[in-house]
Amino acid sequence: MSILAILEQRAGVWHRMSWETLAAAQQLGAELGQPVSAAVIGSDVSALGGELAAKRLERVYAVEHELLKDYTPDGYTAALGQLIAAAKPRLVLFPHTYQVRDFAPKLATSRERVMVSDVVSHRVEGGELVLVRQLFQGKMNVDVHFQGDPPYFASVQAGAYRADKVAAGSAAMEKFAPELSASAIRTKPQELFRESQRAVDLTAAEIIVSVGRGIKEAENIPVVQKLADVLGAELAASRPICDNGWLPMERQVGSSGQTVSPKLYLAVGISGAIQHLVGMKGAKTIVAINKDPEAPIFEVADYGIVGDLFQVVPALVEEIQKAKG
Amino acid sequence: MKIVVCIKQVPARDSLLRVDPSTAWIQEDDLAHEINEPDAYALEEGLQLKEKHGGEVVVLCAGPAAAAQTIREALAKGADRAIHVEEEKLGGFDPLALSRLMAAALQTEKPDLVLTGLQSDDLGYGQTGVILAEVLGLPHATIIMQVEKQDSGIRVKRELEDGWFQHVDMPLPALLTIQSGINKLRYATLMGIKKAKSKEVKRLTAAELGIAQRACIRIERMYPPEKSKHTQMLDGSPKEAAAKLVEKLKFEVRVI
Repeated sequence: MSILAILEQRAGVWHRMSWETLAAAQQLGAELGQPVSAAVIGSDVSALGGELAAKRLERVYAVEHELLKDYTPDGYTAALGQLIAAAKPRLVLFPHTYQVRDFAPKLATSRERVMVSDVVSHRVEGGELVLVRQLFQGKMNVDVHFQGDPPYFASVQAGAYRADKVAAGSAAMEKFAPELSASAIRTKPQELFRESQRAVDLTAAEIIVSVGRGIKEAENIPVVQKLADVLGAELAASRPICDNGWLPMERQVGSSGQTVSPKLYLAVGISGAIQHLVGMKGAKTIVAINKDPEAPIFEVADYGIVGDLFQVVPALVEEIQKAKG
Repeated sequence: MKIVVCIKQVPARDSLLRVDPSTAWIQEDDLAHEINEPDAYALEEGLQLKEKHGGEVVVLCAGPAAAAQTIREALAKGADRAIHVEEEKLGGFDPLALSRLMAAALQTEKPDLVLTGLQSDDLGYGQTGVILAEVLGLPHATIIMQVEKQDSGIRVKRELEDGWFQHVDMPLPALLTIQSGINKLRYATLMGIKKAKSKEVKRLTAAELGIAQRACIRIERMYPPEKSKHTQMLDGSPKEAAAKLVEKLKFEVRVI
């Protein structure tokens, strides 16, 4: 019985959240007094497994099969189901990536379990693990307990644990060869691609003015464009604005858009759903203008103004122009 | 193509949420509700596929009696009929039990395609679609931005992280979880609203479907998140707050 961290790689390159997940697993292992193992999955992962073998782990599983070269939910679920049956972990931990969202609920279902997804923190109470996750787009937190018998499944949110906390050590590496058949893999994945060369590189911007649903309609975009102009900032947006076509997709900040860390990030009418926060919480200074005093954006803001953006933003433009002379 | 679209009713986006300490849930009685936004995109995709390829769009909704409003709106937008699994207390069902409930309600339907939103705006597990696919024994793909019918099956466009995409070919029947922004949402027309009144809504209960409550995860406590940063709130009239912010931007952040 142990903790098993299942890490993510693509074409031999680690997903950055793999290390955060490993740090979380080591931390949980230490607090629960449980040994920690890690697994990496693909067609040839011995080099990556070797890298893991230099971490403080009991065991490293290199799960390899020709049919695991490209990710498919059927292939991954079958392979990892067999690994879990053999290794008998008490807790299986994943990074909460798009890929994990695609297969981990299926894997948990095949074991008659439900994964606690997108965990932001944890604590141990009387030997029992309590996981914290967010509801209502980050407006509420809940404490979640597992019920019934293990294995338990959980995925950790981007940035919830620190990758630089991974402890070094040495671990035995074991090759695990699952039994898979091509006919059981029902989907045929094609090559990855990007839509077009990004014309706007938000990651290079020093100042970003970003706009969310609070702007109400496309006709109001000039209100924030003006603020961006007087600050010499790039204009960015949360997902719904780009979904509606009010600004091009390439100006989107968040988990499905760009990840930025400017000197100043001014969030206007953005409530701060987690998908947005992961893309901008690394900004040096965050300013939030929102009519809802309970909006999650204020949890990460350095400066906040509660008010109607249609009054605050024009006033701000005027004050900035005055200050600049 | 026979398409089932799973929709959920959730508290309206701008709701001011208050915890009900007796239930580890929010006080929901006085809140306005609406369709879960990603599900609205799933419905629109279903309607567009039907318009292109013919067939039927059936809406499936598990929720309290009050969810009838959201179901009516889906019918008004163009869904042909609906199945309402009516349960006042769905909190006792974890996503797996809920998926079994939905699968049981679909037993006689045999859809070619099942669509869900990629996640709910309230619980946000982001799992129900994938679990439902596994319970139904269907192949699935998640976070879909495009659906194209092919001679045998479909080709879908999956959204990946950091601006990457991937096409996936898959056979039918299948289940897809739909990403917001895949299409432009339509409004219900007056004619649609009128027609919706006579469309069939089949009502079923968990007891009738023989699915018991079950939860292998338990929510113990709900509370507003603690602030991770100390936020300086700048108050006063818009002009006063703006002036205070400019002070900060000039002398502390030093960007002006």
